[in-house]
Amino acid sequence: MIQLKVNGVESSFDGDPNLPLLWYLRDVLGLTGTKFGCGMALCGACTVHQDGKAIRSCATSVSAASGKEITTIEAISKNGLHPVQQKWIEYNVPQCGYCQSGQIMQAISLLKEKPKPSDEDIDGGMSGNICRCGTYQRIRAAIKAAAGEKE
Amino acid sequence: MSDNILNVSRRGFLQGLVSAGALVLSVRLVPEALWAADTAAGSHVDGAAFHPTVFVGIDSDGTVYLVAHRSEMGTSSRTSVPLILADELDADWKRVKLEQAIGDPKYGDQDTDGSHSVRDGFVTMREAGATARLMLTQAAAQKWGVPVSECESDLHVIVHKPSKRKAGYGELASAAAKLPVPKKEDLTYKPKTKWRYIGKGAVSYDLQNLCTGKAGFGMDAHIPGMVYASVEHPPVLGGKVKSYDEKAPLLVKGVKQTIPIKPFTPPHRFQPLGGVAVIADNTWAAFQGRKKLNVAWDNGPNASYNSDEYRKQLQETARKPAKVVRNIGDVDAAFAKGGKIMEADYYLPHLAHATMEPPVALADYKDGKVTVWTSTQNPQAVQETIGEELGIPKENVTCHVALLGGGFGRKSKPDYAAEAAILSKAIGKPVKVVWSREDDIKFGFYHSVSAMYLKAALNEKGMPVAWLQRSVFPPIGSTFALNTTYADGGEMGLGWTDLPFDLPNHRAENGSAEHHVRIGWLRSVANIYHAFAVQSFVNELAHESGRDHVEYLLELVGSPRIIDIKATAPENDNYGGAPAEYPLDTARVRRVIELAAEKSGWGKRKMAKGSGLGIAVHRSFLTYVATVVEVEVDDKGDIKIPSVHTAVDAGIVVNPEGTRAQFEGAAVFGTSIVRSGAITAKNGAIEQSNFNDYPVARMNEAPYKTTVHIIDSDAPPAGVGEPGVPPFAPAICNAIFAATGKRIRELPLSKA
Repeated sequence: MIQLKVNGVESSFDGDPNLPLLWYLRDVLGLTGTKFGCGMALCGACTVHQDGKAIRSCATSVSAASGKEITTIEAISKNGLHPVQQKWIEYNVPQCGYCQSGQIMQAISLLKEKPKPSDEDIDGGMSGNICRCGTYQRIRAAIKAAAGEKE
Repeated sequence: MSDNILNVSRRGFLQGLVSAGALVLSVRLVPEALWAADTAAGSHVDGAAFHPTVFVGIDSDGTVYLVAHRSEMGTSSRTSVPLILADELDADWKRVKLEQAIGDPKYGDQDTDGSHSVRDGFVTMREAGATARLMLTQAAAQKWGVPVSECESDLHVIVHKPSKRKAGYGELASAAAKLPVPKKEDLTYKPKTKWRYIGKGAVSYDLQNLCTGKAGFGMDAHIPGMVYASVEHPPVLGGKVKSYDEKAPLLVKGVKQTIPIKPFTPPHRFQPLGGVAVIADNTWAAFQGRKKLNVAWDNGPNASYNSDEYRKQLQETARKPAKVVRNIGDVDAAFAKGGKIMEADYYLPHLAHATMEPPVALADYKDGKVTVWTSTQNPQAVQETIGEELGIPKENVTCHVALLGGGFGRKSKPDYAAEAAILSKAIGKPVKVVWSREDDIKFGFYHSVSAMYLKAALNEKGMPVAWLQRSVFPPIGSTFALNTTYADGGEMGLGWTDLPFDLPNHRAENGSAEHHVRIGWLRSVANIYHAFAVQSFVNELAHESGRDHVEYLLELVGSPRIIDIKATAPENDNYGGAPAEYPLDTARVRRVIELAAEKSGWGKRKMAKGSGLGIAVHRSFLTYVATVVEVEVDDKGDIKIPSVHTAVDAGIVVNPEGTRAQFEGAAVFGTSIVRSGAITAKNGAIEQSNFNDYPVARMNEAPYKTTVHIIDSDAPPAGVGEPGVPPFAPAICNAIFAATGKRIRELPLSKA
């Protein structure tokens, strides 16, 4: 039995210990806000937080996630919207929106490490997250606004 | 939203967990709004107190239900099209609830492609809105016993002007429902000065859900008792299964069974490719099961397809006389007179759509009927394709349209939805088919590989007196009919038979090319390679003539005038737009060039070493676009894109914010094409597989800032989803030439 703690809720799993956390979240728990994009940690659509830091859930097995605090987009804010989500809305970032859960989780993690990120910091922190619609300049603007910086 | 359905769904879902090996100790981890369940709840529009057309229903509480009959893949169609109706109805957008239409011919054309949702909707939605508004006005007049002419709408209420009496839309709904639906000729339309939303726009109806993980994409669809499937497809188009291991996949924990899917009957159209499906109780187990199938394939004749050899064939064809698709004057006679002759060959590879959400569909077959939830651009094609595959009437297929995690043309083709339906029928359970990224890259409907040859004779001023252009590519028609090797008039109209230049002698040709993979439309389609060749060639001619590109381009376009395309290219269909409404107007071509040049500081900026500006102009989907790209090229040849300025004349723009986003995104899409996009085949199989070997632009590679300049226009609305893409590639390549002197005639740069 693998013990998991997702969004503060404990659960146990006796399936394949190699099952990627992504599919445990989506297919087992029904937490579909975390998306499948590539299965190889190449696109960032599956980004969640493990003990507060961004990880790729498609390349993290449930056994590796056991004993850690996993947080998904559904629980990133306890009350209402997270400030980063608010900026995402203010800057009208999403087009199709499929990658944006991962983008937001990555951005929150980046801002924890670099509260006032430079353009280089943002490039470095966010370039693992692909947006095929091409919303990058709005993502950059929203991150800067969340950091209290002017574009 | 029906809470019952969601509740049932949740209960079933939790039961399903046991079989997946989980014991959940929590309550309610399932998200609030599963969109697939929402659409199953039945139509609020049809159930409303007043619903004069299929697109609008008004309830007694004043809630206005509007149907979004086009798909949402990120282009704002789902918001912008109903917004037109809301404007004409004079409804309060805050009191509007959208309902996504299932596939049904009663909504007319639902195919969300070709950048025509707003263009079509502008007529249909205004008619529906004006109909409902007139009936509400009549109901109010009747209620008060006053002439209709004394009443008018004012944001969700009807006002009797002389007495200032007011009645809300909800209050009037039941009475309005009893009135006869007025004739089209009795409708009146709001003047532009009274538009509330058209030209001002609205943010996406789904914006907050998209930022909180609550939006329901096809990937998120779920119904009780469903199982997951993944399909091992033939690596070569037309390949067949010879044998496979039925037992080994069952050793993977969670795998339930394997099921063969028959190969398609040519032409392939939207039929599934065939292969072997693995059914499992979670997606990943299905993926793992496939690795144990050990399929032996009969690859068939397309196993001879090799990109390098095919490229040589295309380029040889491009150098030989071909089918004439547009003719002005006598090019051959003009070339025979001599003058300076310029020639160039251009080449672009196949591209894949690589939507962030790979193809996915959930289908439930019961008693000769199928219900499907999927990310589709064309729900009626889902009905037709599944109907044909299962031998049932298309009316027996109900297609719910989820949000799409990107479309770009891939999701107009419902092969994946048909797979889900076939499998559901075979095993008697709801089946969700999930394509992996590798499936998506290897089994696409690819953007055509293309070779173009251009030749011009220049006069003493450097202007062309003769211009020949030949384009060769496997046509989209090959997907629908056997032995199709030439493009049709529509495909040739994508930037090839509609050159807006003032040329005394001009001939456009199309050479024959066979397909060996599935060919489909991808965001802006043939415009990509046609604009690349033409707009790059213009830069070559301007440079050869020692002229400034913008000044040269304006002279080439010539005086403001309407070009009668049909007169010289009879099969050009002008994107289905009537020439009277949507003429090819060189004044508009000139205006976008001038605006992009002005805004980018063309001719006024001093460019540093290794920096340059490039321009291109292109009309597609009836929209005029000029783009100026700034590049910085370092000593190693690495490229940065500090700025892009795009000038857009799309006629009346309903949603400026959504439109700006489309052109910002098009610059990034164009960056992918230029930097790295290439699909190649070896022995008939696609060589790329995922974002490692089919890279798309990331934040650090994308333009730093794209500024979109929308021209205010009263012309009928045209497209905005696609037209930003075609001018980007030639503009950036012209900029690289300005910065480095290096001429680029083939893409992507990573392979050059």
